[in-house]
Amino acid sequence: MATERELNKRIKSIGNIAQVTGALAAVSASKASKSQRQVEATRAYAGKAFEILHNLAAQPGVGSTGHPLLTAREAITGAYLILITSDRGLAGAYNTNVVISAEKFIRAMDVPVKVITVGRKGRDLMIRRGYDVIATFDNMPDDLSILDILPIARIATNDYLESKADEVFIAYTDFVNLVTRIPRVKQLLPLKPLDFEGMAVAEYVSAVDLSGVSERVYSYEPEPAALLDVVVPRFTQLQLYQAVLEAQASEHSARMVAMNNATDNAAELIDILTLERNKARQMSITSEILDIVGGAEALG
Amino acid sequence: MYCDIVTQEKMVFSGEVKSVSLPGTEGRMGILPNHSALLTTLGFGEVIVHPPEGDEQYFAIGGGFAEVQPEKVIVLADSAEQADEIDIERAEQARTRAEKYMVEGVPEDPERYAQIRASLQRAQIRIDVARRRRRKPMMPTLGGTEEAKN
Repeated sequence: MATERELNKRIKSIGNIAQVTGALAAVSASKASKSQRQVEATRAYAGKAFEILHNLAAQPGVGSTGHPLLTAREAITGAYLILITSDRGLAGAYNTNVVISAEKFIRAMDVPVKVITVGRKGRDLMIRRGYDVIATFDNMPDDLSILDILPIARIATNDYLESKADEVFIAYTDFVNLVTRIPRVKQLLPLKPLDFEGMAVAEYVSAVDLSGVSERVYSYEPEPAALLDVVVPRFTQLQLYQAVLEAQASEHSARMVAMNNATDNAAELIDILTLERNKARQMSITSEILDIVGGAEALG
Repeated sequence: MYCDIVTQEKMVFSGEVKSVSLPGTEGRMGILPNHSALLTTLGFGEVIVHPPEGDEQYFAIGGGFAEVQPEKVIVLADSAEQADEIDIERAEQARTRAEKYMVEGVPEDPERYAQIRASLQRAQIRIDVARRRRRKPMMPTLGGTEEAKN
């Protein structure tokens, strides 16, 4: 059996691990709430842009031609899925869960689905499993800016407009609270402003009161269709930005939970090993006493 | 009159104003209270708001759009100029990366090895502990263990 000294060494090293995982849990908790604050701060823009979108889409001359980013196509021949995962592991089942829901979604689609990955974990998993990955993004900073999102939105909108994809979806993990996360697959393009359920990160516009919005009278500069060209892509960018922030909040909270579990496990191990160590010490003392007693008896 | 300036990222300004000046794509426009309702696109430039007291405040915006109502102006601004060339370049890089990984396979992750090693170590510790727990109770009795007897 292990000696007292060996056990002491092991207890100390597990103590060190517990310290690291404990610190990581605390850092992750604060990062999760920061991402959550960041996504909450987009509410003002999201609500107003959504209102304006509704008004514009209802204007005569827009509805008849239909803005390409708002109009569903009749024949769907291909789709894109933007998959949002993390770069780093140690986050429990966070990445696995969102990849599983993405795979389920792809299998359920009747048309070929090409994948755009955000985050190294998703990239590696999707490529290993043989999916057609057409673009990959990684190193999304913790302090996410809309500028980090623009290239992703660019690929999605451009390829959609060039009919390389007839629908664009996004798979991300919705942050509910520090212990609850839900992987979701939602439609990004074409934008369906009336379909709250199917819309990505709809929770940030669901409180908007749309009654009477379509009838509001504005003068338009330039005409409504040209305004839509400005408003719709920005709304898509915003949805992507919100989805990545939701995913980041989820990643950090998943890591927090995983690290808390690791810290608890370490504490349990330390308890067990301490008991072992005390037994070992007791035993060596006992055997020393027996030696002495035995020696004394032999002399006596 | 009330004015909000928001970007996709956050609220930048919100408060009472006497007047607002906007960089419209078709020329700069000054908005005073009771302006008729208007939706307009904005170009790269400065939004200037004049609070009832104090000096004018300037906000550089990269474009966007604005809604004007008689008692309220809401500016939905781009936080930076949307530089198409940069986005397109970065988008192309993302495609090239994907092509490379699709052909060559994904690179081995150094972190992965560290993780595997760490989990092996953890497993080893658990096995050790479990093995030791399964042994007979080790509290020595007066008779002592084999070792002690000798």
